[in-house]
Amino acid sequence: MAREFLRDAKATMGIYEGEEGRPYALLAEFSNPGTLLHAAERVRAAGYRYFDTHSPFPIHGMDRAMGLGQSKVGLITLGGGITGLLTGWLLQWWTGGYDFPINVGGKPFFAWEPSIPIMFELTILFSSFGALFGMLALNGLPRLYNPLFYSEAFARATDDGFFLQIAATDKRFDLERTHQFLLDIGALGVEVVEDREVPDIVPVEEPEAEAVEVRPHVAESEGRLR
Amino acid sequence: MAADKHASITAPAHVHPGGDGHYDAELPLVRGGLTFHDVTELVSYHTEKKSPVGWLLAFALASFVLLIFLSCLSYLVWNGIGVWGTNIPVGWAWPIVDFVFWVGIGHAGTLISAILFLLRQRWRTSINRAAEAMTIFAVICALMFPLFHTGRPWFAIYWMPPIPNQMDMWPQFKSPLMWDVFAVSSYFTVSLIFWYVGLVPDLATLRDRAKTVLRQRVLGSLALGWTGANRHWRNYEKAYILLAGLATPLVLSVHSVVSFDFAVSLIPGWHTTIFPPYFVAGAIFSGFAMVVTLLVAARKVYGLENLITIEHLEKMNLVILLTGSLVAFSYIAEFFIAYYSGVEYESYYFFQVRVLGPYGWAWFLGMLTCNVLLPQLFWFKKMRRSIPVMFAISITTNIGMWFERFIITVVSLHRDYLPSSWGYFSPTWVDVLTLLGSFGLFFTLFLLFLRFAPMVAMSEVKAILPQADPHLYEGDGHTAHPATTERSVPYIQSEEESDDDSPRRHL
Repeated sequence: MAREFLRDAKATMGIYEGEEGRPYALLAEFSNPGTLLHAAERVRAAGYRYFDTHSPFPIHGMDRAMGLGQSKVGLITLGGGITGLLTGWLLQWWTGGYDFPINVGGKPFFAWEPSIPIMFELTILFSSFGALFGMLALNGLPRLYNPLFYSEAFARATDDGFFLQIAATDKRFDLERTHQFLLDIGALGVEVVEDREVPDIVPVEEPEAEAVEVRPHVAESEGRLR
Repeated sequence: MAADKHASITAPAHVHPGGDGHYDAELPLVRGGLTFHDVTELVSYHTEKKSPVGWLLAFALASFVLLIFLSCLSYLVWNGIGVWGTNIPVGWAWPIVDFVFWVGIGHAGTLISAILFLLRQRWRTSINRAAEAMTIFAVICALMFPLFHTGRPWFAIYWMPPIPNQMDMWPQFKSPLMWDVFAVSSYFTVSLIFWYVGLVPDLATLRDRAKTVLRQRVLGSLALGWTGANRHWRNYEKAYILLAGLATPLVLSVHSVVSFDFAVSLIPGWHTTIFPPYFVAGAIFSGFAMVVTLLVAARKVYGLENLITIEHLEKMNLVILLTGSLVAFSYIAEFFIAYYSGVEYESYYFFQVRVLGPYGWAWFLGMLTCNVLLPQLFWFKKMRRSIPVMFAISITTNIGMWFERFIITVVSLHRDYLPSSWGYFSPTWVDVLTLLGSFGLFFTLFLLFLRFAPMVAMSEVKAILPQADPHLYEGDGHTAHPATTERSVPYIQSEEESDDDSPRRHL
């Protein structure tokens, strides 16, 4: 129960725990943002849940295609903002009005009017911390080790490649059938990603071919759709 | 089920009114029909090649000037702040002028990255990275001046934050100077966060192109393991828009708080309620001018004319025209209020001292000519699209804005209420060289940025290319926009010629 909850929580961050003796995921490449968007819709419709798309930029409409709801970064940011506001207020009230009151020109020891600038600045500062660290926490970053980095083609996910991965821990995952399914929905090619647990990836010589099947053209696979 | 979806894919593209009108309705944001990979190459290439000779020369010059800056500061710390011309009655002089000048320059970066983002001005994507970098470096330069104005900067670090001293006393939070500490340091921190968050996807691009283990490790750590996952983009975009929303009121507040340093006082020329908006407009005015100066040079040197187009520069010149006119209006309002208030010190200061006093030349040269008159040339389309004109005006604007702060700070102080406490301020050689040297710090940092960081936000530019729209492909599945068929990418030859030992792989 707790383990499943943890696994689901990690999956929302895009972290799919591998299992001993099983591949980590199937990685499929698509030709463009449009085909990737439709592929994500199909993968979701087929019942997969532990899957993610990877693209060099955010694709408009992908959240809906993948069935993702509102991001929770906003709530964390709001929490940060309230913390900052209270910090600014308490800091000025406690130091000036309580701990060491000093009479400056007969002004009140504490008043809200001159306290506004610092309360405001701290609200913004703490909200920004909330946005940054909230985003990192919800994304499970930093995560310097990721089995997807073993795929050489995956380097293009930050350049001009459009990828979709289905994790092997997904309940509906089946190596053969999922593989075929990805080809059917228009993948240019599909690769099995293994979790090798080697920290550094230094391509010294040509690694052995990993691509199981290479589809030269998207139109061909689309023609085979059933 | 699958058949239905299939039908939706192969259905003829829903026709946009007027054929391609959907995409041609607005001016192209980037030129030359760049593909996604072109954008990657065009930007990453400059961080991966050997340092060009021009860069090395510029860096040598900038770091030499930086050395002058450091020498001046060392001389100052050794001898005390008496080495500056700052003395009663002018107790605030060049260091404060320089501080306000540099903070103001920083504001344009946040305006471009945050406010234009919220206003959905998509043209900002080509210039926001460089502008944000400029913000951070300008604020670093600005922070140097108040820090060293204390004479003992190591104590300043101890005095400024709320740490009780040996008498268990706290900083005086009713003082605008304390507000300034919080405003500027928050501004610096938030700008840094905003900049770094924007950099993460691009650092991942550089990481995935890295050829050496060292580059892989350094860039890999900085990129935090970014994979472009949509689950990440979702939170990322939310965080980015929130940071933009937070930076917007912040940037407006920072220069307002800086203006409180003056406005919350009783000196004629300082005691003015118009200061917060007046300072913010002036800050954006000078900051945009600095962005134009830097980008006109950088796009030429780095061959980025297709990414940072003449349209970008023209839009920035329009902002300069707008904010310059706001600043001119503020100047007029100052004179009007001085006359209308009937306060004799106010009218004496504005009409006798500021215009006709011993520093009158600074008013005519700086405020009137550089800030009010010259930017009005941008009413003419030819002028705002001419590179030499905009380069010249961007420089005169910053000279003018420096003089504006000089007039506000020094000229207001040099004649006190009693003629017995009148004086005349002259800078010393340390004042002059410290100001000059701060440009060395700024340009050293900026050149390092140009050399080692992606100077254009690649992921953001890719997202605004026509082929990034997933609905473009509703047709035969892989149609490219006509713009991508006529590519104009001069760097491609150099890519083909280079002995690239790892061809890009497809699955």
